[in-house]
Amino acid sequence: MPNDVKTGSLAPDKKLKWVGTRPLRPDGVDKVTGRAKFGADFSLPGMLIGKVLRSPHPHARIKSIDTSKAEVLPGVKAVVTRDDFHDMESEFVPAGEMLVNYRDMVRNVMAREKVLYDGHAVAAVAATSNAVAKRALKLIEVDYEPLPHVIDVLEAMEPDAPLLHEDMITAGVEPAPDKPSNVAKVVEFAIGDVEAGFAQAEVIVERTFQTKPVHQAYIEPHACVASVSEDGQAELWCTTQGHYVVRGHCARLLGMDVSKIRVTASEIGGGFGGKTVVYLEPLALALSAKACRPVKMVMSRDEVFRASGPTSGAHMRIKVGATKDGRITAAEADLKYQAGAFQGSPVQPGAMCAFAPYDLENVKVVGYDVVTNRPKVAAYRAPGAPISEYAVECVIDELARKLGLDPIDFRLANAAKEGTRAAYGPKFGPIGLVETLQEAKAHPHYTAPLGPDQGRGVASGFWFNIGGETCAALNINEDGTAALMIGTPDIGGSRASLCMMAAEELGIDLDRIRPIIADTSSLGYTFLTGGSRVTFASGMATIDAAQDAVRQLCERAAKIWEIPSDAVEWEDGYAKPAGANAGDFEPMSLAEVAKVAGKTGGPIVGHAQINAQGAGPSFGTHIVDVEVDRETGRVTVVRYTVVQDAGKAVHPAYVEGQYQGGAVQGIGWALNEEYIYGEDGRLENPGFLDYRIPVASDVPMIDTVIVEVPNPRHPYGVRGVGETPIVPPMAAITNALADALGIRFTELPMSPPKVLEAIGEAAAGG
Amino acid sequence: MRYEAPETLDAAVALLAGADGETRLLAGGTDLLVQLRAEMIEPALVVDVKRIPELCAIAAEDGGFRIGAAVTGAELGEHAALKAAWPGVVEAAELIGSTQIQGRATLGGNLCNASPAADSVPALIAAGATASIAGPHGRRQAPVEEIVTGPGETSLAKGEIVVSFLLPARPPHSSDAYLRFIPRTEMDIAVVGVGISLTLDESGTCGAARVVLGAVAERVLLVPEAAEALIGTAVDEAALARLGEAASAACRPIDDKRGTKEYRIKVAAVLARRAAQIALERARRN
Repeated sequence: MPNDVKTGSLAPDKKLKWVGTRPLRPDGVDKVTGRAKFGADFSLPGMLIGKVLRSPHPHARIKSIDTSKAEVLPGVKAVVTRDDFHDMESEFVPAGEMLVNYRDMVRNVMAREKVLYDGHAVAAVAATSNAVAKRALKLIEVDYEPLPHVIDVLEAMEPDAPLLHEDMITAGVEPAPDKPSNVAKVVEFAIGDVEAGFAQAEVIVERTFQTKPVHQAYIEPHACVASVSEDGQAELWCTTQGHYVVRGHCARLLGMDVSKIRVTASEIGGGFGGKTVVYLEPLALALSAKACRPVKMVMSRDEVFRASGPTSGAHMRIKVGATKDGRITAAEADLKYQAGAFQGSPVQPGAMCAFAPYDLENVKVVGYDVVTNRPKVAAYRAPGAPISEYAVECVIDELARKLGLDPIDFRLANAAKEGTRAAYGPKFGPIGLVETLQEAKAHPHYTAPLGPDQGRGVASGFWFNIGGETCAALNINEDGTAALMIGTPDIGGSRASLCMMAAEELGIDLDRIRPIIADTSSLGYTFLTGGSRVTFASGMATIDAAQDAVRQLCERAAKIWEIPSDAVEWEDGYAKPAGANAGDFEPMSLAEVAKVAGKTGGPIVGHAQINAQGAGPSFGTHIVDVEVDRETGRVTVVRYTVVQDAGKAVHPAYVEGQYQGGAVQGIGWALNEEYIYGEDGRLENPGFLDYRIPVASDVPMIDTVIVEVPNPRHPYGVRGVGETPIVPPMAAITNALADALGIRFTELPMSPPKVLEAIGEAAAGG
Repeated sequence: MRYEAPETLDAAVALLAGADGETRLLAGGTDLLVQLRAEMIEPALVVDVKRIPELCAIAAEDGGFRIGAAVTGAELGEHAALKAAWPGVVEAAELIGSTQIQGRATLGGNLCNASPAADSVPALIAAGATASIAGPHGRRQAPVEEIVTGPGETSLAKGEIVVSFLLPARPPHSSDAYLRFIPRTEMDIAVVGVGISLTLDESGTCGAARVVLGAVAERVLLVPEAAEALIGTAVDEAALARLGEAASAACRPIDDKRGTKEYRIKVAAVLARRAAQIALERARRN
């Protein structure tokens, strides 16, 4: 039902001209021709190459670092170590969907007392060439005292486990423990009385699950160029999801004024949450400040895997009870998420999301944030939610089958809807879970016949979505075109969708609006691209800026006509007298008003600076068919359908792209992706050969259905759509395997050796 | 690092024989460049062999084919007569990497990189291919199975270059097949690979067979016991079952990030049976 959402700033009977259509993206030609400049594509005269020396140990005390030989190597212009960074107080600050602690951050970008994972940065050099920089790294002598390490989350929770942080006392426990441990905090969400709820249940399913850490696997490695002048003015070009956030972190870590750092975001080759933090940027700035020359740093793929953040692996116990007629009476979850070397796993959002799709009276979720000798986790697409919801959706499916109910009907009978109080607190506004379930059930895929060794599974998923601080500016040019300045790097086609909203508001053609991602000194503070917030929040700011420009355009027409400005209205790109009483004037187009702007008060620029509130959650339901090769354990995804609520799809092709991309990442997570550590605590598969994301031929064309239950808090009804699609795939595929084989897998990834082993065990047991 | 691109075999041999320190041959570079970038190797001399005509040609010889060691997978795939005679060799070579890699990757490089999981090697050995080797002391011929001795190790002496491979003339009712198992559908390294070549007599009985396993030992294995399970049979269910057992019995794999011992042993049997069936169908059509 395109083009008939009736909300927001539009007259109820107004047809949308741009929103809901599928124009080409303004950045498309540059990307297909190779002209687009990504992180590693910047160069400056006199530029040095920066390289990082990384720890070969998973856990070791640094007794000393001797850089003297490297410093005297001809061509080496700067070396930095822990001594070049001030220590920071422990201070947690919100970073969108995650919390960050500057004391940890300074240690993550450059190890201080200890190295805490294989790949932890220990020193960095800047030299006149890549070859010199590499030689210099070999001349740095680090005296390590290796310490016992711990990789697995359950082992890290054992009382005698090696301690990563000798001062870590578990938060969120009363009374506070008297001994340190690797458990950073415990979180709990509860409503009702789960014991009473389980007492009412006639069927209960309780299982434990394990997932492995998985990387966001953006194709573009981290890269930046920093240039710090002799007077301390810094320029930074980098690939990031949030250049204002990079600026803030770098200013704190380096003790610089925010005003002295100007950050420009490059085109970005994928982020998925992993480019919301800093790794190379503070090092490049520190090296450049020392050398007084520009410094370029680019991670290798090996460094990306060893030293940038994946999402957590987890160990979970899920218990759900229901009556025979299919009503859930109680639900309980213990979630143990590994955070990597520093605390801050996404266990809190994981705990909040676990049972969010359901209308439940009795829920208890306890989450543990556990440090291990692995790279510090970073946000990854709906951080925390795919892990907990995977486990819950597997149990929901098993419960439905035990009750003899269709898994979609069972979900419908318990589905959250408008007015449901979520287990984590708030009451939902209008939401589209029921609609996605109904659409999934009605979809031809759901009833299509299955072939031999095939099975079908479904799962639903939820993500909050966020708004946040956002600026936009819209310059009306003298020829009636416009330039849109926004502060959120474009990861998923947002320049196109934001221009479409601006075109809709201004009433001019889309190709007359040119978007740019403004640098941090050109536009006010804008939070990063994350939380599926850009089309929603930068969209709201764009609409506000366009309405601000329209207000000025009307004022200018009023001035020309010598009538009050409220007697002028804006319609389809024209200023018009508001009614017969306003006077009889020929309507003026935007171009006509813009042409004479100099004579009516000067340039016309629309501005908006908002803290966007009212992000609408998005729910989705996925259907998947798998085929199993019973002799090799290979699982092939043969058909896949994503049904998700977009609120309003501004650019449906890019919404579909988000649905498809999330499903494909989920297929990788479900079937093959995992970090493999040796006994020595070193990562054995830091590359795309043995860290297996799906290749194109591994996945079928992903079908999509866009459900539109408008978000009343956005002028066009937009909800974020980018993260929810990665939540359901792992459970949907697990449930499909159960349908095909009668085997319930409880561990990811379900790689061929594990599937073959389970088939063998089932045959032996049965 | 010194780079040379000689235009004659003699010049290449002289360069290698006279070099101090580590030397490497560069054909397609699909392994070499990765190893250089990962700093796994630091050769003093790299000799590019792509300008030597003898290494870059496919020619008919004695009813069979002589394939230059630096012929690419893409060229093999486009050679209709070769593909008809040795579909298993060609499909194995074509499994290596992406379309772009296919334009570079070579049989000689795949062999001399000496990976136990090299895809084209089991197929070449199953085909009974002979390598022609040039060296400081002249030419010698060696069965392909004698070239690789262990991971990254070959029997080639200093200064020796694999120049070409001779695939013999095919009797009627002969064919071959190569299958590998990878967790993905492409862009991956074999967890197990199986190459099988067989010849049927007029009655459909298997008169000759060679069965070769990849990625289940420190080097590619020629398994005569597995071939014997097929020879003298109609390649029926019972023969295939014995083939599978013999293939599994020959495996001596390691547990590593790409697969467990148990998994490789089981899957070797599965792939051997499947590859034999494909070769059988092809042979029946010839």
